[in-house]
Amino acid sequence: MKRWIVTGMLYGMLTLGVALTLFPLLWMLSVSLMPAMEATRMPPRLFPEAVTFEHYRALFTQLDLARYLANSAGLAAAITLVSLLLNSMAGYAFAKFRFGGRDRLFNLLLAAMVIPGQVAMLPLFLMLKEMGLVNTYGGVIVPSLASIFGIFLIRQYAQSIPDSLLDAARIDGAGEWRIYWSLVVPLCKPILVTLAIFTFMGAWNDFMWPLIILTDSDLYTLPVALANLLGEHVQDTELMMAGAVLTLLPVMLVFLCLQKYYLNGLILGSVKE
Amino acid sequence: MTFVHPYRHSGMSEPRARVNPAFWFVAPALVPIVLFFFVPVAAALVLSFTDFDIYALGDPANLRFIGLDNYFRLLRDPVFWLALKNTLYFVGLGGPLSVMVSLGAALVVNHRLVRLKGVFRSLLFLPVVTTLVAVAVVWRYLYHPRYGFLNYALGWVGIEPIDWLGDPDWAMPAIILMAIWKNFGFNMIIFIAGLQSIPTRLYEAATLDGADAWRQFRHITLPLLAPTFLFVTVVTMIGYFQLFAEPYVMTQGGPANSTLSVALLMYQEGFRWWNMGYAAATAFVLFACILAGTVLQLTLRRPAP
Repeated sequence: MKRWIVTGMLYGMLTLGVALTLFPLLWMLSVSLMPAMEATRMPPRLFPEAVTFEHYRALFTQLDLARYLANSAGLAAAITLVSLLLNSMAGYAFAKFRFGGRDRLFNLLLAAMVIPGQVAMLPLFLMLKEMGLVNTYGGVIVPSLASIFGIFLIRQYAQSIPDSLLDAARIDGAGEWRIYWSLVVPLCKPILVTLAIFTFMGAWNDFMWPLIILTDSDLYTLPVALANLLGEHVQDTELMMAGAVLTLLPVMLVFLCLQKYYLNGLILGSVKE
Repeated sequence: MTFVHPYRHSGMSEPRARVNPAFWFVAPALVPIVLFFFVPVAAALVLSFTDFDIYALGDPANLRFIGLDNYFRLLRDPVFWLALKNTLYFVGLGGPLSVMVSLGAALVVNHRLVRLKGVFRSLLFLPVVTTLVAVAVVWRYLYHPRYGFLNYALGWVGIEPIDWLGDPDWAMPAIILMAIWKNFGFNMIIFIAGLQSIPTRLYEAATLDGADAWRQFRHITLPLLAPTFLFVTVVTMIGYFQLFAEPYVMTQGGPANSTLSVALLMYQEGFRWWNMGYAAATAFVLFACILAGTVLQLTLRRPAP
C-alpha cells in the first residue's frame, strides 16, 4: 500500500476515535450551558442557542454544591496526604531494608490485591459502627489510610536508589528517619507526585464506600450527592450536566497538568518486578 | 515475622536490644491495612456462616451460626443466578471487547507514521480519569429513547429508536459500551508501553525477509506482547467482575434485573435490607469467581518454560 494511503487511514481512525471519545464530554459541557428545556428538543442541539450559567448558579445557591465540593476536596486531600506518607515509608522499607520474611510478606500483600474490596465492606461497616465512625469523615478515610498498590509503586521506584548512598548517610551519622525524610523522599519525588495523583483521583472518584458509610447529606461527597440528585432531578437535564461538569473539572485539570507523571506511573505500576 | 537488625557490626555491641528500624517504617502502613482490610475480609468469611440480619444489627444476641446455609440459599436463589449470569456477560463480552479496542488504539497511536503521539494518547485517555457518576449522567442522556443523541444518530441510517436502558435485552450492552468508552484508555497506555519495548530491529529484519504487516503483527507483535496481554486481561477481568457503580447509577439493576450484578446484589442485600450474612456469602462467591478466573488465566497462558 502507498505510504500516503496508510497515513491517511491512520489519521482518519485517530480523528474518529478522538471524536467519539470526546463527544460525550464536550456535549456534557454544551448542554450544561443551555437554557432549561433546550436539551429536550428535537432534533438534538450540539450548541446552546444562548449560553447561560443559570444552572451553575442554581447548583450553588439552591443545591449546596459548594458543600459537596468542599467535602470531596477535603477528604481527597486528607487521604492523599496520609496515605502518601504511610505508603512511601513502607514502600521504601520493603525496597531497602532487610528483615526476616520481607519478601514473603510483600508477596502476600501483592496476592491480596485479587481480593475485591467489596468483600471487606460489610464487616468494615459493622466495625466502624462500633467505633462510632459511620456517617463521619473519618469513616470515609479509614479504609484508604494506606494501600497495597501504593506500597508496591513506591517499592518499584525506591529499589533504584543506590545502597551506597544510604550507607554513606548512615556512616555520616544520619538517623533512619532523617535519611528517609531528607534523602529518600526527595529522590522519590517523581513517583510521589504520581502516587499523589492516583490517590487523589481515586478518592475523588470513589463512589461505593462513601455511598455506604455516609447517610447524612451534609457529609456527601460530590459523586454521592450527584447520584442522589440524579434520582430527584431526573428531568432537569441541563442542571445535572452542570453538576457533572463541576464534578469532572478538578480531576480533568489535575490530569491535564500532570499527565506526564500520571502516565509514566501507570506504566511503572504495571511492570512486575 | 521477625525483625532482625540488619546493621549489626561485628565487634560493636549494641547499647540495648533495638527493633529493626524497618518495623517503624512498615508498621504505620501495615496496621491500617491489616485492621481495615485483612481483618474485615476474615470477618466476612465468618459473617457468611451466620444469619446476621437487621435484628442482629440491633442486638448481636440474635446472631446464629448457620453453617453453609447462606451458600445453599444462594444456589437456590434465581436472582443470584441472574446476577451471576449478568456479571459473566459483562466480564465475558465487555472484557475482551475493551482489551481489543485498547490494543487497536495502541497500534494506531503507536504507528511510526503518526505524529503528535502524546496528544492523541492523552485525549484518548481522558475518559479514564473521569468520575463514573458524572459520565453516567451524560450517557443516560445519550441513551435517552426520545431525546438521546444515539437514537438520533441511528435514525440517520434508518434504525428505529431503541430504548437502550429500558429494554432488558439492550440495557447490558449499553452499559458495556459505556464501560469500554470509559476504560479502554487505561489498557491502551499499557499496550503502548509494551509495543515500545519491542526492538525495532525485529521489524526491520522481518521487512527484509519480505513479511507483510499482518505477518509481522502475527509473528512478532503478538508473541512479544504476551506478558502485557496477560497483565491487561487479568487486571481487566478483576475490575470488571466488581461491576457496581455503572448499573447503580444508570439502571438500579433494572429493567427486570437485567443489569443486576453480583456486587450490586451484595450491596442491596447487605446495605438496603441488612441481610449481612447472606450478602457476605454473595461477596465470597464473587471473590471465588475472581480467584478462579485469575488462576485459570495464569495457568492457561503462562509461557512454556
